Amino acid sequence: MAPMRTTPMLSVRNLRSRYGRIEALYGIDLEVNAGEIVTVVGANGAGKTTLLRCLSGVQPASAGSIEFHGHNITKLPAHRRVGLGLAQSPEGRQIFTNLSVEDNLRLGAYLHGDERYDQDREDAFNMFPILKEKRYQLAGGLSGGQQQMLAIARALMSRPNCLLLDEPSLGLAPILVAQVLDAVKSLRSLGVTLLLVEQNAFAALSIADRAYVMETGQITMSGAASDLIADPRVREAYLGL
Amino acid sequence: MSEFLQFAFSGMTVGAVYALVALGFTLIYNASDVVNFAQGEFVMIGGMVTAFLYASGTPLWLAALLAIAIAAVVGVLLNKLAVEPARGASVVSLIVITIGASIFLRGLAAIVFDKQIHRFPAFTGEDPIGIMGATIVPQSLWVVGGGLAIFAALYVFLTKSVIGKAVLATANNRLAAKLVGINTNHMMTLSFGISAAVGGLAGVLATPITLTSYDMGISLALKGFAAAMLGGMGSPLGALVGGFLIGLIEQMTAGYLSSEYKDAAAFIVILVVLFTMPRGLFGPRVAERV
Repeated sequence: MAPMRTTPMLSVRNLRSRYGRIEALYGIDLEVNAGEIVTVVGANGAGKTTLLRCLSGVQPASAGSIEFHGHNITKLPAHRRVGLGLAQSPEGRQIFTNLSVEDNLRLGAYLHGDERYDQDREDAFNMFPILKEKRYQLAGGLSGGQQQMLAIARALMSRPNCLLLDEPSLGLAPILVAQVLDAVKSLRSLGVTLLLVEQNAFAALSIADRAYVMETGQITMSGAASDLIADPRVREAYLGL
Repeated sequence: MSEFLQFAFSGMTVGAVYALVALGFTLIYNASDVVNFAQGEFVMIGGMVTAFLYASGTPLWLAALLAIAIAAVVGVLLNKLAVEPARGASVVSLIVITIGASIFLRGLAAIVFDKQIHRFPAFTGEDPIGIMGATIVPQSLWVVGGGLAIFAALYVFLTKSVIGKAVLATANNRLAAKLVGINTNHMMTLSFGISAAVGGLAGVLATPITLTSYDMGISLALKGFAAAMLGGMGSPLGALVGGFLIGLIEQMTAGYLSSEYKDAAAFIVILVVLFTMPRGLFGPRVAERV
């Protein structure tokens, strides 16, 4: 029997998580469909990063469920989720600082053999040419923006069909924000579905299809990105307009 | 001259043992930032198991292989039973756990084996070879050759193989390692297993010269630690060079000053290294932006 409607690629139901006794997520419901760019915007401390950490499996969920391609992955360890095609480009400088840029990329393709590596690496270098220039340097010596690009490129090396992007514009100069977001947008044409978490709400809403607004561990608004960017409450609270 | 050469030969021999202990430190340190003070006990296990199996009639080569395998199993168990359950504890706590494990293993060895000193015959005869007025026993060549071979193998493993890079990545950033699909628990288990096997091999190679007993691990761990510090913690080349240097310094001190001061030499080196060049000779020099 054919399903009435296509199941979402990523489906989150009533997800809760806590750090010790402090609750960080109070029941999140969220869906990402194949081919979409979905963004979660919200202020610092709203729980956006915790949400992504739960999705990638480095932070345990205390209740609720996460389904990916129809499989319940709520209890699956992080390294197994990468194998299913769910990859995270973490916030900040979560790269391997004592390895070369190229070794970082090679480890991004850790779950794959060598045969696809050369092509994937070339694709990454085309997307971020500066990484090719610095390929033999230690990643710890890259600038903040370059480390951010490396983190995204490394996540792409695992050939994800869903990429979780945490604050790709954080700490970047405006010209780099545009460059990184262009790269993010171009991922859709490669068939990668995106869940983008951003404090820079305007940038995120301008490239996303749909958006969720998060406040203190809860989703408070959701809808088409173009609607939210026009919503007076969003404009006042997050866009400073 | 022949006197100097003689001290140099014995320095190279004990140095190779220290280098093997230091290489064991290097691998676990690279995977976890933990200095495993039970490393000397792996050497003891290698020597004791070989000695007992050989005494019970097992061929020497088989006894040696079994001893290395048993050391590796003990290493894996150490990680599974003592280190992994304490995951999330500070590095200092983990180091204290390894010190506790080394005391436990020493006590266990005293019960399972005994408190006597043991040895087994050298692999290729005991007749010393004369070189320019000094002599060297053939087993010394085995020890030095073993040290060099293990260094080369570890170097290739860590810098050329993807699994080796994954070990380095696990130590550098455990969170990011998980996010690229590395099973970080496996990496820890692997490095404890290999490290213990290297330690066991050191015991197998060295026992015909140094003899072995249940409590020989602690001084080896400290000398190996001095070697790893001098060479630069985490660097396989540093472990090799540091091991040979500590061995040479120790034997020269014993020869030209007094064998009473032999053991002090390694610890004076630790102090000098910590005061003047805490990263050691070949330690990592990562310029991290903060």
